[in-house]
Parts: sequence; structure tokens; C-alpha cells
Amino acid sequence: MNRARTAPPSEDKRWKIVDAAMRRHGYRRDALIEALHSVQETFGYLDEDSLRFVAGALRLPLSAVYGVATFYHFFTLKPPGRHTCVVCTGTACHIKGAPELLAMLEREYGLKPGETTSDGQLSLLTARCVGSCGLAPVVVFDRELAGKLSVEDLRRWMERCLAHDAR
Amino acid sequence: MNAGIKTLKIDGRDVSARADQTILEVARENGIFVPSLCYLEGLSPVGACRLCLVEVKGASRLLPSCVTRVEEGMEVTTRSERLERYRRMILELLFSERNHICSVCVSNGHCELQSLAEKLLLTHVHFPYRYPRLPVDASHPRFVADHNRCILCTRCVRVCDEIEGAHTWDVMGRGIEARVITDLNQPWGDSESCTSCGKCVHVCPTGALSEKGRSVAEMAKRRQFLPYLTMMRTQR
Amino acid sequence: MTLDELQRAAAEERANQRKVACHLHVCTAASCLSAGGGQVKQALEQELAERGMRSFCQVKGVGCMGLCSAGPLVAAQPEGFLYGHVTPEDAPDITRSLVEGRPVRRLAVSTDLPFFRRQLKIVLENAGRVDPERLEDYIAAGGYASLLRALSEMTPQEVIREVTVSGLRGRGGAGYPTGLKWSTVAKSPDADKYVVCNADEGDPGAFMDRAVLESDPHRVLEGMAIAAYATGARHGYIYVRAEYPLAVARLRTAIRQAERAGLLGNRIAGTPFSFHVEVRLGAGAFVCGEETALMASIEGRRGTPRPRPPYPAEAGLWGHSTLINNVETFANVPVILREGGEWFAQIGTQTSKGTKVFALAGRVLNTGLIEVPMGISLREIIFEIGGGVPEGRRFKAVQTGGPSGGCIPEQYLDTPVDYESLAALGSMMGSGGLIVMDESTCMVDLARFFLEFSKGESCGKCVPCRVGTAHLYDLLDRIVRGEANGGTLAVLEELSDLLRHTSLCGLGQSAPNPVLSTLKYFRQEYEAHLEGRCLAGACGKGGRA
Repeated sequence: MNRARTAPPSEDKRWKIVDAAMRRHGYRRDALIEALHSVQETFGYLDEDSLRFVAGALRLPLSAVYGVATFYHFFTLKPPGRHTCVVCTGTACHIKGAPELLAMLEREYGLKPGETTSDGQLSLLTARCVGSCGLAPVVVFDRELAGKLSVEDLRRWMERCLAHDAR
Repeated sequence: MNAGIKTLKIDGRDVSARADQTILEVARENGIFVPSLCYLEGLSPVGACRLCLVEVKGASRLLPSCVTRVEEGMEVTTRSERLERYRRMILELLFSERNHICSVCVSNGHCELQSLAEKLLLTHVHFPYRYPRLPVDASHPRFVADHNRCILCTRCVRVCDEIEGAHTWDVMGRGIEARVITDLNQPWGDSESCTSCGKCVHVCPTGALSEKGRSVAEMAKRRQFLPYLTMMRTQR
Repeated sequence: MTLDELQRAAAEERANQRKVACHLHVCTAASCLSAGGGQVKQALEQELAERGMRSFCQVKGVGCMGLCSAGPLVAAQPEGFLYGHVTPEDAPDITRSLVEGRPVRRLAVSTDLPFFRRQLKIVLENAGRVDPERLEDYIAAGGYASLLRALSEMTPQEVIREVTVSGLRGRGGAGYPTGLKWSTVAKSPDADKYVVCNADEGDPGAFMDRAVLESDPHRVLEGMAIAAYATGARHGYIYVRAEYPLAVARLRTAIRQAERAGLLGNRIAGTPFSFHVEVRLGAGAFVCGEETALMASIEGRRGTPRPRPPYPAEAGLWGHSTLINNVETFANVPVILREGGEWFAQIGTQTSKGTKVFALAGRVLNTGLIEVPMGISLREIIFEIGGGVPEGRRFKAVQTGGPSGGCIPEQYLDTPVDYESLAALGSMMGSGGLIVMDESTCMVDLARFFLEFSKGESCGKCVPCRVGTAHLYDLLDRIVRGEANGGTLAVLEELSDLLRHTSLCGLGQSAPNPVLSTLKYFRQEYEAHLEGRCLAGACGKGGRA
């Protein structure tokens, strides 16, 4: 059956990357999660345009795509901050002080998990377990992992990160 | 001898069944009451509400009768002190999950959750109510979706997908945060895929989906169409 | 590549490696990398280059050596000197010591510790020895010989018989006999079968599968290919957490290498057997470790479980007969074929054969990855291998099985580690997370922690789990905050019983275990909380109110 190709939402060249990911899977419906990964890797998050594009290309109902995008916590529908700070909340990190780290961030920076500072500089996230339990408690700053972190270490990093960007 | 026919015992009664039937179907055929909310004849069963759990001799777990096929010589118990206790607790969980206030509900008197609670003699809810703040979507010209009364049985999702073929409805999020949505979680009235056929409204067991203009206790639902539609589609 | 060619390639690679007098093995698994292992490797390479010693010594990135708490780790071979907490500045000293043949004292980690002596490495035999990014290195260590031998010398039935004789049971947690699972799939008349590797390691506090995938990815592929041959499958999927980017990258590299060498793909080793493997990424959903949810996710749908039966062996991926095993289960297979099922069955206990990999973490001196024979006691693991509780504190409990498991108190520390014994204590083997807790951990807070996890990870499909986990969490939160009354414990128990018996899948059925086991062994802590006191002195400070 011949079907019209779903056009990307904009001229942005990066849609080609997403389209290529779907093409690799023959635009089969089971490529949905792979396609959403590709969108998030390329654009940082999933917006409505991208969900519509993916749904059209894979011939999936809009609600099914939205249902999948919100079921998996790895996906985010909001644009992330310039920097991300992921606090691991696995068991080992929990008993070695992750709650104290999160409490400090809330107390001193008014940040709760899932939130971004109002200037869009920093997003705070939590992870179920990053699998580096030997180094608990663990925080991932902009994809770089730091272990055996004290409240003091974290405060220093926050200050450096926020000050650096203020310049 | 016909290999396709099985005989089994339900609550001590000998009954016969086709091999492709479920325990629930056979029980109801024989006038044996088994409570259920997510199950609806004509839609694919999902085994989610857990109200139709039964005891089967030799099985280590309770089994959802809506998806469990009959087997030769099976001995099924649909009523026991333990089952009734679990069923009442499951209803309590549903009542405590959202905001079910029968006295002001369009489906008062026609609600499956309400009538099951009466039938199972549920007198009070001893879990703390969660009182979530949920929206009412009245954007559709003919229908209203009140998430406060939704029990996530997904009958609307299935009827829209399996019978109407529109797949306007689905579930977003997960766990206690899960909610039914139309299209990209947009107002129902803005949905591009909805055909306004109203099947979802009529399969909804509670007052979560209703027709506009109905007042308290006025929303009776018609479901006679469903087995008919299913039959007409499968026998084509 | 045929068996002959494989053996020639192995001999050639070994000969090449012998040309170099010594090797420096730098751990490049995620834990050591994050401690600076990458920079250490670079510094060592540079140092050797500057001194013109590259023909004398080679630096090799290897997988996990186990003692993550002392990372980054470097091992000097052939002497076997082990160095811990290595920094790039240590490179000159380490290089100098190679010439002198004496270890660098200040960095040395004794390999004579019980941490090393008490372990038995089968699954991890190559971890810390082979370069996970080089197929040749795996082949030199005997890799893919089991697969090619099976293809050329054994029938599928013989392979299954060997696995059955070994007594291997599923390492994902439930312990289903692997041979039985394989033979069920093998007997299905389905022409289009699948083999799936469950690498969705979601237990918080567990990193066994990650370490295996990062350290020795080819072993898992080889195990899957053997399983595919035995069951008659032609396609395989590895479902890995997206949170493990290094494991994903190494797996993809390994698949490419194996395909190029003809060890995966069409007509493997010139036989009619073909097997294709694809990596599929998870996206942050613990419930996808449940097999029916995992399959839904591979199919691109919401990862909600469905009632079983039908089991995957009968109706799995896209309705086809499917074999699902965990990473560690597959990693055992090449050894079982190499050494024989009977050899494997001699290790362990009557009901639980072989070894188990554990991720040892929490309040214990040596944290890291260990592999021990089944039947070893928890006490030996924690106090001998783990070196006990640091800072002079008292041991309180060990948590096994993650959110599905339970806490085991001191009086049961002599329990042998096997499937049945741990279950009898109200815990479970689980996938292998072992978290040690000392007197500073409040058990009510810990139960709340696990219920927060289960509540957040519940898929929401069935009522008992969706609403029940939320209620359990709320009740525990009130207890921790000292806002609960005397009737709360009874409601906790009643709800726990409901979830256990009426939930649709294992997540909901086992979600109450952390509550029930702490109520059973540490009830006094709950009762104290009802009176507004925390016996561990943990609640009310910091972030734990």
C-alpha cells in the first residue's frame, strides 16, 4: 500500500536523524520507543510536534504515543535546563545520604526533583539506581558521575555551576 | 466424545463448557454471580480489576476468571469468606482512590461500582480517602469526562480501539498517577480522532463518561449494541 | 568462522599477547571509570610511550575486578599485583616497578584478602581479564568455543540435557529451572521463535548485570546463541536499561564484531543455524523486568504486564514462542557446555547449583561485585568477604531482593544463600543486590523507601497494586512522621496480604515484602515510631522526616 510520507515538523536538519532511526526499523510500530529515544537524544525532550511526527510516521494513534511517552520515566516532555543534576536514589545511596542531598537542594535552592530553576539553568532529577552502589551516594552532573558525595561537595558543585553561567 | 467440550465443577455444581470459554463466561451462563468491573462481554479481557478472582483447586494463586480458560475436571470456588473479603477491599481501594460521591453523580442508581458495593455489602471504607484534585473535561459538544469518577477499567480505551477503530482513548502516566486521555492529552472536544460515536460513554461503568445535559441519577447506559457489534464483525 | 579457525585465532592471539612481557589491566567498568579510571589508563599509556616501553608492556582496559570501593583498580600481570585508588600521577611509579619487578607498596591491595580468596568466579571468570571491546581477547580466553562445539558436535536436545543436568536456575530472582524453560520452548511447534535477554536490571542497589555486560559482553551473546540453537530460535533481543550507556555501547560493539566474524548472523560457522541479535533500550520502568511487561515494551507499547498463562514459551513476543532469561543465566551457559553439566552441579547446594553474583553495598567495608558459590552463609559474605561493618558500628540487617525482597536480621546470618532458604526468611534471592545496614538505619524509613519505589514503579493496571502501594506508602509515611495511630499496623498487614494475593504481577505481589519482613523482625521500631520515637535516631534529621 502506498502511503504519503509524514513530513517533519520543520526544516530543522535534525529530524533526519529521527527519521533515520525509524527507517532502520522499517517504520514498524514496535520502533516507537526507539524513535522516542532518538527524539530525546536529538532535541533533549519530546514536544507535541515530535510526538505527532513519530505517530504519523509509525501510523500509531496519538493517544498511544502519548501513553508510551508518559509511561517511561526516562522520557521528558519538558525542555531540560542547561545543566542537569541527577541524584541517585537507589538503596545504597538512600542509606548513605541521598535524602540529605535532596533536602539540601530543596532547602537552599528551592529545587525539587523534576524541577528546573526559573532561569532554565539547572534541572534536578532523580534516578532509581545508576548501578554504582560501591560509590554511594552518587550524583550525575551533566552525564559525569561523582561518587561518595557529601552535602558540602554538592553545594560546591552547585555554586560553581550557577556562578560559571552567571558570567 | 468431543474433545472441545470440558466438564468442570463451579461451586460444587457440575457444568459443561466449550474449551475456548473462560471460567467467568461459564459461571455467568449458569447463573453464578462473579463480580467484575473491567470485564465487558464483547471487549478483550484484561484481568485488571481483580474482582473476578476465584479459587481453583490445585492452583497456588487466585486466578482471574475473566482470562482463565476452563479445563477438564477443574474445581472452581467463586464464593468464600476470603474472596469476599478481598473483593470488598478492592472496592474500598477504588472508592478511596478518587472522588466517588454517589449522591451528586449522574450515574447514581445506574453505576456498576455502586451496585457492586451494595451487592458485596460494603458498609464503610477503612482506608484513608486520597481526595485527588482531578479535572472535569466538558469540552466535547455532547459528552463529559469526569476523571474524579474514573476507575481506570479501560473499557473506553478498548471499545474505541477494538470496536470503533478510532483509538482516541489511551492511558497516560503510570501507577496512581495514571489517567485516561484523548489524543495527545488534549481536551476531548479538540480531539482529531474522536468520531463522537458515544460507545465509550455507554461502556463506562461509572459516571466518569456521561452525556451532556443529564442531571443526577439520569445517566443510564445502553450496552446492548456491544455483543451485537462484536458478533457482526467476527462473523463477516 | 569454523571451530578450527576459531581455535587457530585463539592460539594466534595468545601468542601475540605472550610477545609482550607484561600487561597492565586497568578497570574500565563504569564504577572505576567514574572514579577516574579512564585518565589512569591514558597516563599509563603515555608514560610507557615516553619511556619507550610499549613493546615490553601493554595497557589493557578490562572489566570489573570487583573491589569497586578501592577503584580505580589496576592489575600488573603476570605478577598479579593489584593497585587501588590509582591516580594518573601514579603512572611513573607503576611503570618503574614493572622494570624492577617489585610492587608499588603504597598502592598495593592484597589479593590474599578473604574478599578475593572466598570468591569463586564462573560468570565473572573473564571480568577484569579480557578487554570487553576486543573479540580477539574473548576468543583467546576460550570464547565462542562452546557455541561452535554445540553447533558442530551436539544436537539441540543434547544441549538442553546438559543445561538440565547442570541444575542451573534463573538468576533473575525467581529461580525457575533453566533447562525446563528451554525444553518447553524447544517443544513448541512455532516456526518463528525468539530468545530474549532480560538486562533490565532495575533493583535499586543491584549492578550485577551491568558489570557482566560491561566486562564480558560476548559471553552473554554466546549464551544467547547457544539457547537459540537449543530452542530453535532465529531472532534475539537484549532489553537493556537506557541508564547503562556503557553497557549498551559495549553490547552493540560486541554484536557488530561477532557478526563480522560470522559468530552471529546468517549460517553461523558454516552451519544452517542463523541467529540475529538486536539491542532494545528500556526507558526507565522497573516493571519491565517482569517478562510480559518486557515483551510489551520490546513491541513498543506501555510496559504493563498481562496475566499468565499463556506463558511466553507458548505466546510471547508478537504471540510467538519466546525464551526469556536473565543476563547472568545466559552468562553461565558457555561454561556449562565447556565443563559439563555435572561439573556445574557439584557446585552449590542440593537445590541451588553453581554460583551467584552479588552486588555488595551499603554499610560494609568492601563494597563491590562478588561471585560466591551457592550455599555460602550471609555471615561469610558480609563479615569475611565484605570485611564487616565499618566505623565500629553494629550490624543490623541485610536486605536482599530489592523492593521485592526483605530484610534479614543478625540471628539468621548463618542461613545458607540459596533460593529456598532466603524465601523461608521472607526475603528472596532476587537478582543479587545485597545491602548491608547498621544501627543508624531506621527500618521503618527503609520500608517507606521501598514502598515509595514500588508506588512510583507500579504500572497502574491492576487495582490492588495501583492503589494499594499508594496507601502502603502513605501509611508508612505517617508512621515515620509520628502521625499514625495504634490501628495503623493492622491496616498495613491487611493491605500487604491483599497485594500479595490479588495483584496481577510479581511487582504488586512482592511489593509488601519489605513491609512484612521489617514488621516481622523489627516491630519494636514501628511501635516506637507510633510513640514518636525513632530507635535508630535517623528520622527527623536531615532529609528523612
